[in-house]
Amino acid sequence: MAKVIEGLYYSESHEFVKVAGNTGYIGITDYAQHALGNIVYVDMPEVDDEVEVNEDFGAIESVKAASDLKSPVSGKVIEVNEALEDEPGLLNKDAFGNWIIKVELSDTSELKDLMDAKAYEEFCAK
Amino acid sequence: MNHKFLPHTNEDIQQMLDRIGIKDLNGLYAEVPESIRFKGDYDLPEAMSELEIRAFFEKLGQKNSLLTCFAGGGVYDHYAPSVIPNLLSRSEFLTSYTPYQAEISQGTLHYIFEFQSMIAELTGMDIANASMYEGTTATAEAMMAAFHNSKKADTVLYSETLSENIIGVLKTYAHFHGVTLRPVKAEEGVTSHEELKKQVEAGGVAGVIVQQPNRYGIIEDFTGFADTCHDKKALFIVNSVASDLALLKTPGEWGADLAVGDIQSLGLPMAFGGPYAGYMCSTEKLMRKLPGRIVGKTCDSRGQRVFVLTLQAREQHIRRQKATSNICSNQSLMALYATIYMSIMGKEGMKEVAQTSYDAAHYLCEQLTATEKAKLVYDKPFFNEFLVQMKERDAFFDKAVRNGILPGIKVDDDRLLIAVTEKRTKEEIDTLVGLL
Amino acid sequence: MNNKLYGNLIFELSHPGRRAYSLPENRFGHHPLPDACRRAKDAELPECDEMTVVRHYTNHSENNFGVDNGFYPLGSCTMKYNPVINEEISSLKAFTDLHPQQPVETVQGALEVEYNIQRALASITGMADVTLNPYAGAHGELTGLMIITSYHQQRGDTKRTKVIVPDSAHGTNPASAAVCGLEVVEVKSTPEGLVDVNDLRPLLGDDIAGMMMTNPNTLGLFEKDIPEIAKLVHDCGGLLYYDGANLNPLLGAARPGDMGFDVIHLNLHKTFSTPHGGGGPGSGPVGVCEKLIPFLPKPHVIKTKEGFAIEDCRLTEEYSTADNRIGGYLGNFLIILRAYTYILSLGRNHIKEVGPLATLNANYIKECLKDDYELPIDTLCKHEFVFDGLKDKSTGVTTMDVAKRLLDYGYHAPTIYFPLLFHEAMMIEPTESESKDTIDGFIKTMHVIAKEARETPELVKEAPHSTPIGRVDDVLAAKHPILTYRQLIHDMESEE
Repeated sequence: MAKVIEGLYYSESHEFVKVAGNTGYIGITDYAQHALGNIVYVDMPEVDDEVEVNEDFGAIESVKAASDLKSPVSGKVIEVNEALEDEPGLLNKDAFGNWIIKVELSDTSELKDLMDAKAYEEFCAK
Repeated sequence: MNHKFLPHTNEDIQQMLDRIGIKDLNGLYAEVPESIRFKGDYDLPEAMSELEIRAFFEKLGQKNSLLTCFAGGGVYDHYAPSVIPNLLSRSEFLTSYTPYQAEISQGTLHYIFEFQSMIAELTGMDIANASMYEGTTATAEAMMAAFHNSKKADTVLYSETLSENIIGVLKTYAHFHGVTLRPVKAEEGVTSHEELKKQVEAGGVAGVIVQQPNRYGIIEDFTGFADTCHDKKALFIVNSVASDLALLKTPGEWGADLAVGDIQSLGLPMAFGGPYAGYMCSTEKLMRKLPGRIVGKTCDSRGQRVFVLTLQAREQHIRRQKATSNICSNQSLMALYATIYMSIMGKEGMKEVAQTSYDAAHYLCEQLTATEKAKLVYDKPFFNEFLVQMKERDAFFDKAVRNGILPGIKVDDDRLLIAVTEKRTKEEIDTLVGLL
Repeated sequence: MNNKLYGNLIFELSHPGRRAYSLPENRFGHHPLPDACRRAKDAELPECDEMTVVRHYTNHSENNFGVDNGFYPLGSCTMKYNPVINEEISSLKAFTDLHPQQPVETVQGALEVEYNIQRALASITGMADVTLNPYAGAHGELTGLMIITSYHQQRGDTKRTKVIVPDSAHGTNPASAAVCGLEVVEVKSTPEGLVDVNDLRPLLGDDIAGMMMTNPNTLGLFEKDIPEIAKLVHDCGGLLYYDGANLNPLLGAARPGDMGFDVIHLNLHKTFSTPHGGGGPGSGPVGVCEKLIPFLPKPHVIKTKEGFAIEDCRLTEEYSTADNRIGGYLGNFLIILRAYTYILSLGRNHIKEVGPLATLNANYIKECLKDDYELPIDTLCKHEFVFDGLKDKSTGVTTMDVAKRLLDYGYHAPTIYFPLLFHEAMMIEPTESESKDTIDGFIKTMHVIAKEARETPELVKEAPHSTPIGRVDDVLAAKHPILTYRQLIHDMESEE
């Protein structure tokens, strides 16, 4: 059973956002890493790139699958998780512990369109 | 039924039909609506025996003329060592499929890894894929890779000194794929750096494509081109003739992000246009933007070093409409051809072929221009191909063909593009000059 | 079997100073290449003697498995016999030594080959004309979609930007559509594995450029509603595209042109017996109906009173249908020549036997194995069919395991985990080339493997045992890509 963490915001395409002030930490959920299997590569944007809600900002590859990363929020990339460049498998070890990009949120009202832990858990169970 | 390719006897057919529970072969198509069943005859000849087939093609072959070849334009008549066709005809190579089952495909996987390694050496690039259809489509794939690599820019620039058929293919792909394709003017037979700078600096450029040697055989000077591109985050793409790279400054040295071209010059038969193979190389950074197959090293359950198709998540069978390209094959057998060619010619032979071709072309050029009936169009360094202007071009061309020589490729009304390889003898060259 | 003395990679056999080539003396005088044009360092290519090279590649070949080695039931790939005479004809100097830009009067024989096979393929498929230029099946798909798009654009009907593709389609279909700039709309399959006409109807409108279909489809089932589907697509103004990957069973039975398809591509390396060559070269001719002839790519071979001629491009500033080149020249000529040889070998009558015999072989295997293997759609199939793994799922033996165990018994594996409609898909295509004896042997082996799965599942799960190498680590290869010998050396050094 995939893990879900309280206090995060979730998208239907299985990304999460952890919000701290005006900063959002975006990553993929435990459910997503499970579905993909052994992750071998994470394609990330560059710092200062703008990301838009529901738009692709990168991609994740496993041996037999690939999945685009959709941003659950809009904003400017202020940091990318460089550890994933060398060790993409960190996402398999701990998806919630390894965010992919850190974003300066441009519109916090977008958060209300996302699911909370309970809603996401139900969504995954469907 | 009685044909050497069809093993079924009437008894076999009856037994199999009985097992399936169907009366006759027709019953196998019971669900196909009557209205679309084919009941006529194909417009084809009767079956031919092997002797008749040989005679048929011998007769057809006689309708072709084998000419001593001074034509190039991307396809060159280089020498092919006898070892190659012999090894290529081994049916374990010839009749196998794409190496999905690595356990019984190490032969193919090994030589593709060798091919990638050799092509990367030749181009001075970090990595190469397992080969493309041929050079023109490889260039179009590079154009699309540049287009996708850029998040915003949608324009790709190409030098007017690209070969005409490459430009033609780029235009077709760009039209449908939504790439804005714009030419960069040439001056005195080479790409204008000024013009290139102006267009790149205007913005919106995802990539720039140049060719070496260019459509006139000229060796261009790309000094500063890569910086011009990289300053504006555009990819620099160099198309080169593979065999010339044994001596020429490499795409890697020019600062290319992508290197493409055709490998026909590595001894492949001219074959009236195909099959050849293309190559496509990139920097390590762009590895995952490459289309097509890629082979990598790994290990097996017994701890041995083995090779396997890898980075497959880029490919169409996984990404479907989001794939970087629709390409699902490589030109494996032609890649094997080139790999054996490079193994036979080796480090020294490759240089010798390139130098002899270079010398022979310069010798011919000197002899032709000395007659004063032919003039070099551009006074620029060239490799083994050059463009001359001659008043009596058509008369000369026809006379040469009557004498069993293909003297080059006609360009415009009074020009001739002439290529020479190490295969041409001094006597052949002197004969050609004598016809002028 | 492979002799390790001759090394795993040619680079490891290289010694400076050895050579495997001989060239005539250079009698042209020395002309120095300007330093500014010269590469700084030599390419590190191998230096070996000739016998070393010959042994090395001979040993490589012995680690491979081709159709000539044994049964190759690889679904969707039509691994039929590749006649040896094809190779002989395609190596005649009268064809191999022609430059593609020779004057047409010096290549009349080559043009006659091209013209004749254009006509032969048109007749076999029921189309009006054919281009031989596409280099592979995927390239043919792209060419066909370009023709469809051009047709709409020429008529000013620019809203048509979507193409319908069944969910069972090969991945190449949507990928080709995307390269052509079209948006993909998926149509669902019915539980019987056919295109769901009710799901299709609401998708059709004035934004549909066309629909791509494979018939028989990737489950090996004939799309019997094709007349109705053709009518629906045509009524909405779209064109119907035929993916010829599965044409083989229709030889002698039905023609795409008669079913209402407007554009088709063929895979000469499947239906027309040209060798797969470890992944290529292939050839993907495209056939069109009458109204689409003007959109065929150039150059194109035509017949005139004076002989055979080439219709070529007029180079224009912008793309135009008169200037639509998709490759360097006239396609993979030597592959086309092989296919022509095959067609002449079979002739008008025997070519009609190909489809029924391929279909007979597939149905026979299906009936004989469905007691041990899960047959999700139990109906008449065409040239291939799909099992959804072993019937007995309790053993934990997967389709992958069965595939690998087949290698131990000297068979190539079927296509596995495709189509995506089933979790344990195993797609088997025997082709007409295989005798009843070969097929009975395969059936027996498949039963043995099913028995092994029940009695000694570990034996199957750890297969293959008798191949030159064991199962490979895909994850390591993708995580830590080593793609050239230079990288391999560098990696070994950094590990030390």
